[in-house]
Formats: sequence, structure tokens, C-alpha cells
Amino acid sequence: MADNGEEDHEHRIKEGDHVVLKRGGIFKAVQIQPKKKLIFEKQWFFLDKAVGHLYGTAFEIASGGELQPQAAKNTENPPDTKEAGTDNRNIVDDGKSQKLTQDDIETLKEQGLKGQEIVQQLIENSSTFRDKTGYAQDKYIKKKKKKYENTVEILKPSCRILAMMYHGREPGKICHLRYDTLAQVLTLANIHAGSKVLVFETCAGLVLGSVMERMGGYGSVINMYAGVGPVRMGVESFGFPAHFHETLTDFPICNVNALLKGNLDTAAKDATADEKLLQLAEEEEPNLREAEQQDSPSEQNMDSNTAEDVGQDPEEKRREAKAQEKKMKLEEKRKKLAAAAALLEDRDADGLVIASRFHPCPVVLGLLKFLSPSRPFVVYSQYKEPLIECFTKLKEQGGTVNLRLTDTWTRHYQVLPNRTHPVLQMSGGGGYLLSGTTIATHTSKPAAPQQTDEPAPKRPKLENTEG
Amino acid sequence: MSFVKYSDFIQEGDVVIIHLNHNSTIPVKVQKGAQTQTRYGVIRHSTDLIGQRFGSKVTCSKGGWVHVLHPTPELWTVSLPHRTQILYTTDIATITMMLELKPGSVVCESGTGSGSLSHAILRTIAPTGHLHTVEFHQQRAEKAKEEFREHRVDHLVTVRNQDVCKDGFGVRGVADAVFLDIPSPWEAVGHAKAAMKKQGGRICSFSPCIEQVQRTCDALSDHGFDELSTLEILLRVHEVRTVSMPLPDFGPDFLNPSEPDAVKEESAPVHAAVTIKTTTPPREIPGHTGYLTFATKPRG
Repeated sequence: MADNGEEDHEHRIKEGDHVVLKRGGIFKAVQIQPKKKLIFEKQWFFLDKAVGHLYGTAFEIASGGELQPQAAKNTENPPDTKEAGTDNRNIVDDGKSQKLTQDDIETLKEQGLKGQEIVQQLIENSSTFRDKTGYAQDKYIKKKKKKYENTVEILKPSCRILAMMYHGREPGKICHLRYDTLAQVLTLANIHAGSKVLVFETCAGLVLGSVMERMGGYGSVINMYAGVGPVRMGVESFGFPAHFHETLTDFPICNVNALLKGNLDTAAKDATADEKLLQLAEEEEPNLREAEQQDSPSEQNMDSNTAEDVGQDPEEKRREAKAQEKKMKLEEKRKKLAAAAALLEDRDADGLVIASRFHPCPVVLGLLKFLSPSRPFVVYSQYKEPLIECFTKLKEQGGTVNLRLTDTWTRHYQVLPNRTHPVLQMSGGGGYLLSGTTIATHTSKPAAPQQTDEPAPKRPKLENTEG
Repeated sequence: MSFVKYSDFIQEGDVVIIHLNHNSTIPVKVQKGAQTQTRYGVIRHSTDLIGQRFGSKVTCSKGGWVHVLHPTPELWTVSLPHRTQILYTTDIATITMMLELKPGSVVCESGTGSGSLSHAILRTIAPTGHLHTVEFHQQRAEKAKEEFREHRVDHLVTVRNQDVCKDGFGVRGVADAVFLDIPSPWEAVGHAKAAMKKQGGRICSFSPCIEQVQRTCDALSDHGFDELSTLEILLRVHEVRTVSMPLPDFGPDFLNPSEPDAVKEESAPVHAAVTIKTTTPPREIPGHTGYLTFATKPRG
């Protein structure tokens, strides 16, 4: 595996990388950390031995939780099936067909038998296997393989994988945004390199990260957030190169009104405001940490490193250092706020994506003001009714065209010779989207006086489409 | 104006999308002195379009008005001239995500068709990616080339006029992703594999018929592709409506005599109704476009 190493450098697993573990259709996003014990699919192991191997490698979990690259591709050769029945008329479910007991299987495992070998044992000890039809035999093998397999693949993260992972594992964290709905969001919002996009989301950073991936580090993304700070662990899971993060700025939604009025104080000369911010920052800290703690140990480290020299003159020095630190942090924060405000001020953003558990109405009405005319926006909601309300308000208010309330219906298929049919279980719904395009609300050109008669021709039309 | 970069004002030579109403848009190439006829009257390019801001309202000669929009691949999809069946945005969005396209991706596509998907791919892979698109119909290939030039994305795309099943994509070992929309995709799977990078990538085949899917999946497995997944996706539109639902009159409420109004209402029956905001589905929708089959080419 170690041949032609150099050209493959970027395809090798490195310490600190954010990766995705895969087995069958199950994914888990983790960071490669030395001697870190992981549990995935009820098995524990360490990722240390994966470092240096290529992405896409399948590993076997050996005793002691060490990973071993899987020897040659274990081609899915089903054990030779010599005999097969023609139908299931003689198969009776009496619970006696398998001669191996659970204890026997455990012993086999302890003896270090690989998944494949255990499956072979199961087949040999099954009294009904030979009477099953060829199809049923395939199905049996597949099922047992899944149960006793102990391999894990390590993949590079991507929007596709993370969207499917979140949807499969923790849909509640991403407002039940299904992967294909996210795909629609990214396309309908025309997310592309070099644009300026506003994102308001409470989907753990999945939506934000997906937008950033589509922008490839070109342009700017402004993460509008509610509350004390943006919660976006998911963005880390994408494992973006450092320069991607330079395109990302934050703006607290509680400052939107001030910004729109033109009295947002980013210079913060007066002390009271300073103080207030300081207080806010203090209150924020524990909250933020709590939010981040959910699954990123690396972030914590950075935080706890701050108190370094607690050597001499303990109290005073520490307090001073702390104050100094806070000041710096505050300054940094103010600078960032000013930078984000500067991006928003001209109200010339190229796209808006909203996907949150907040009522979308005030959010879309408030943030739409920051878009240039002729730019797309997309609002996701798990529920349809709030989007109906948004639709109605936007129609009344004007300033948009191509308004459309949609959702997508997705069905997966099993494709096998003579056994092709839809998969039996399917997702019942993936959330709703309201999409549209902004238009100029006031004509800057000579034709201005007509502006007042705009509602007149629009009224009857509106009633037509809605009545 | 470019399909991969927004601008604010309309210039000569731009392609703009005239939005007439909800389901009617037309693409227009802006030229000095030119005119475009719409059902609301004439649009004069020199005065009505050039120098105007994208998104502006334009009043036509008959007094009606339209909006002039910046082109996007999605607006192009609903307004482009059809030379073939085209892929629509719902499928395109899924393809884009499942092929893991992003800035810098190198993509192979066949056939080019009317270029609906091509524009969406180009938008996503710009500014550093490249699209190799193969179309066996010569006129269609030429027309696509011309459109890419007009839409200022020609630096990102190579159009080849050849038969992908016979001659492949004309490149080897460069593609991160391959898309097939041809009658017999299984014949092109080998070429697709050859076009892909050594470290692997993603492939998608779009076919309307399940028999095609069956053969394609067989070919993909035979060529060592992993993670085969076939799905179909449909768009459901919810039309927002205000409906008024009348309430029936049950007559005077003798069971509840404590209500003195009951008698009064009898003399002048009120036609009570409840007004609600709801949505209805369109009477008819596209119920099938095609099956999308995705797979991963492993390293090697």
C-alpha cells in the first residue's frame, strides 16, 4: 500500500484529520486522535494504526481494538452453494435449524475467527440452509455477514456522507432535514464559488458546512445566528482546510435591527457598551462550551489552555492576565462583528439559506433585506404551515418572484437480477422548502412614478392565484 | 453576466431571463437596438435593458410589465430551448450532491443534450474545475458550444462530438465524477471507469426504464464499482390557497336551552364559514422522470 507515496500525500489519513467511519450504510464522523478509544456499531477500537493509510481503505478490527488494513479485497464470494431448494414448502420455523448456540458463536469469536469464517460455520451448522432457494441463501449470507462482520472503512468527509449520516443517526439535530432536501437547498440557492451567502441554520452546522463546501473557499459566508453564539460542530466534521474558515464570518441576529437602522456600534467607544459586551461574553463562555462539548474534544483543549502561568503572585497576576485576555478577546470579537457588518451593510448578498427550528417568517422577512435584487433564497422548515405563512406574507409584501412551496419524494430501489423492486421502507417526508427570487422593489431608473400603481395590477392576480 | 458569476447591471451581450409570470420565462440575448416581443408588448433592449439593474421591473409597450432576472442554471433549465428531453432541477440537485461536485471537480458527462445539467455542473465546479461533455449529435454539440460561449463558461468546458459508447470521453484518469444519460449506459461503464481518477470517484446513470437500470447495475458491479444505489426523486409542489369552508346549520340547539341566541338565529340563518390557508397539489404532476443510479469507483 505504501507505493507511490508522494503523489498520494493528500489522500492519506493523518493525525488530526476529520474522517468518516463506514460500515454498510452506517456512518460516523470522528477525528483521528492518538490513543482515543472509539465505539462504532457496538465495537470499540483505536484509529492510531489507520494513520498513513489511504482514504477508502477497509480495516479489520483485530484483538485489542487495533485496526489492520483488510488483506486483498475480500470479494463477496458467497461460499459455494452447491445445493438449493426450489421453494420454501419444507422449511418450518421451529427454532432448531441452527445447531450452534449463542455461546458456541461467542467461543468462535474468542478463538479469533473472522466474520467470514463465522458465517461459514453458521451455514455448515444450519440444517435448513440447503433447502432454501438460491435467493434465500444469498439473503441469509448477507444478513449474517452484516451481523458478524468486523470491518470498518475510513472515508474523507463530504456533504453527501455527512448529510446521510446526520439523517440516519441524529435527525433531531438537523431539524429532520433529509439529504435530498439539502441537495435541493444548495441548488435552488445557486450556491457557488465567489458569491456572498447568508446562512441562518440550527442544523448543527451541516447546512453551513455544505454551503462552504460548495463555495470551495471562494467568496464569503455570513453565519447569522440567534442566541449566544453559533452552534456548528458539524462544520468541523467537513475537515475544511484552514483558508475555508477565513471566508466565514458570524453576525448575531439580535444586531440586525440596529444594523438596518444604521446605528450598530461596532467601534464601541463608550465604556458602558464595552462593559455590557464583556458581561455578555462572560455569560456566553460556559454556554458556548456546553454547546461545543457535545462532540468536539479538540475545541475544549484550546479553551483550557488559556490559563497558563499560574506560577507566582497568583491572585493578582491571574486576574490581570484574565482581564487582559478578555480585553483582547473582546477586541477580536468587535473586529469580527465589524467585518461581518461591513459585508452586510451594502445589502448586496447573493443568496440566503434558512434552515432552522425558529419560525421562518420573521427570519426570512428580516434577512431578505440584505439581498441584491435578482438573487435566490431558500427557506427550509420541518413543517409546512409556517412556510404557508411566509408565502402569504411575501406575496403581500412584494419584492419576490418565483415563490414556490415544495417538498421532495424519494424512493430507493433494490436492484438484483429478477428481484428488482422498491425498498420496503422509505422516508415518509424530508421537510418543506419555500424558494424564490428577489426583485428590485423600487425602480431607480426614470420609470419611477409608476411605482404607486404597482399594487393595483398585482392585487387581482394575487387573488386569482390564491382564491 | 456569467452563469458562474453574478453581476449587478445588464450589459450588451448578456443573456437575461425575462420573467413574464409564474410559469413563463424567456431567455433573451441583449443587443443594442434589438427588440423582444412579449405578450405584454415590446421590450427595447437599448432603453429597457442595457444599464438596468438585474431584478428590475420593465414596463413594456402595451403597459404590462415584466421582471428581468440574472440567469442562473435553474432559470435556464425552465427557459432553455429544448433540443432533447432535459433534466430538471430536482434531479439535477440530487445528482450534484450525490456525485459530490464542488469547486475544482473534474466531471465527464454524456450526452450533452440541451445542456440543462451541464450548466448546473459548470456553476458548481467553477472556477477551477472542468467539464468534459460528449454528444454524438453534431448539431447539438455545436449548439451547446455556442451557448457555453454566450454564457461565458466556455473556459470551463470541452465539448466533444463523438459516441461515448464507442470512443469514450476523450480523457483518461482525470475525472472525479461521471454522469451518463444515454440509451445504453452499460456500454459506457468501461469508458467511464477509464476516465476516472486512480483514487476513485463517483458515477451516476440516469435512465427512464428499469430494464436499463438492471443492465447498468450489472455492468457497474462487473467493473468493480461499490456502493450501488438506485433511487428516484419527485418534486411535489404545494399551491397555497385561501379556502372558505361553510359550516352547516344544525337548526336550533334544543339540547342547550341556556343559549338565548339560538332562537334569534333561527329567524335569520347565518351562513357561517371558516376561512383557512392551506395548500393543494396540482391536478397532475410529472410522476416519473428517471431512475438515478449512483456508485463509487474504488481506488485502483
